[in-house]
Amino acid sequence: MKFGIVVNEGPYQHQASDSAYLFCKAALAQGHEIFRVFFYHDGVNNASRLTEPPQDDRNIVARWSRLAEEQGIDLVVCVAAALRRGIKDENLAPGFRISGLGQLVEAGIQADRLVTFGD
Amino acid sequence: MSEESSIKKFMFVNRKPPYGTVYALEALEVVLITAAFDQDVSLVFLDDGVYQLRKGQQTKGIETKNFSPTYRALDGYDIEKLYVEKESLEARGLTEDDLLVDVMVLDRAALGALMDQQDVVLSF
Amino acid sequence: MLHIVNKSPLGHAALDSCLRVAQGGDLLLIEDAVYAASAGTLFEPLMRDALKRFKVYALQPDLEARGVAVHLIEGIAVVDYGGFVDLVARNKTCQSWL
Repeated sequence: MKFGIVVNEGPYQHQASDSAYLFCKAALAQGHEIFRVFFYHDGVNNASRLTEPPQDDRNIVARWSRLAEEQGIDLVVCVAAALRRGIKDENLAPGFRISGLGQLVEAGIQADRLVTFGD
Repeated sequence: MSEESSIKKFMFVNRKPPYGTVYALEALEVVLITAAFDQDVSLVFLDDGVYQLRKGQQTKGIETKNFSPTYRALDGYDIEKLYVEKESLEARGLTEDDLLVDVMVLDRAALGALMDQQDVVLSF
Repeated sequence: MLHIVNKSPLGHAALDSCLRVAQGGDLLLIEDAVYAASAGTLFEPLMRDALKRFKVYALQPDLEARGVAVHLIEGIAVVDYGGFVDLVARNKTCQSWL
């Protein structure tokens, strides 16, 4: 089955990004496909490569990047929400791309299920 | 895939008031984009989300854009299904006359049944 | 339909709203909503009432993280992330009551 995922909150502030990541991992482990992860609202902050968590904490951004690299997951950051919050190509972490809200709607149309993680 | 089968029922559930957080504004941005994809779109306002439709919003003093006129413009994007939960309105001492756009008022059971019929539900 | 709630019912109205509007189906408690699965809270009677209409699940890792994996209300099932995925797959639609 094809899943679309929406992440609406930033890393470390809210559990949404952690929950979404663990959901993706479990879905992939079961042989499902993650069609796309779409980052919206403060969720766009998950794509900042300037993030530097302390060493004993999980690296949320790097974890998403690794998932994109290893599993070929499409990580899309909403351009309008990103520009508002200072996320640009210059500071975008590997594996993420910036695109329009149409990518979210397309995920809703193409995926069998759309699951939202937010506040 | 036939053209008809690629049309999905999208429901946008708005439960948060405007201005205090960005959710209402950014939800509206998704709604406008969805209209361009020729999907079957409905908007639901419940809980504090009904305040998004409150008449008389004046945002000059908080130096924030008043986006409430956009709800009136939805009609022009062929988005005509706006639903408000009856119980949410009543809990806030509001009636349809307090809202800036025409809506369909549904009770909680009718609204719940409508949710069950959707293909995609996005909540803000 | 799967309803997903992520807030404690003692501090937020999300679960109340879900139970008021949704007609039944599956209800999954994640993140801070797992406190709603605890026996002995002020919310327990409402949760017991909801169990007549909903099949209720709570996410095990979130229960454990908060130290509330014990003394759950009878009838609430516990699932891991794999179970969460199954619930989403099994229902035609899901709604997160944010």
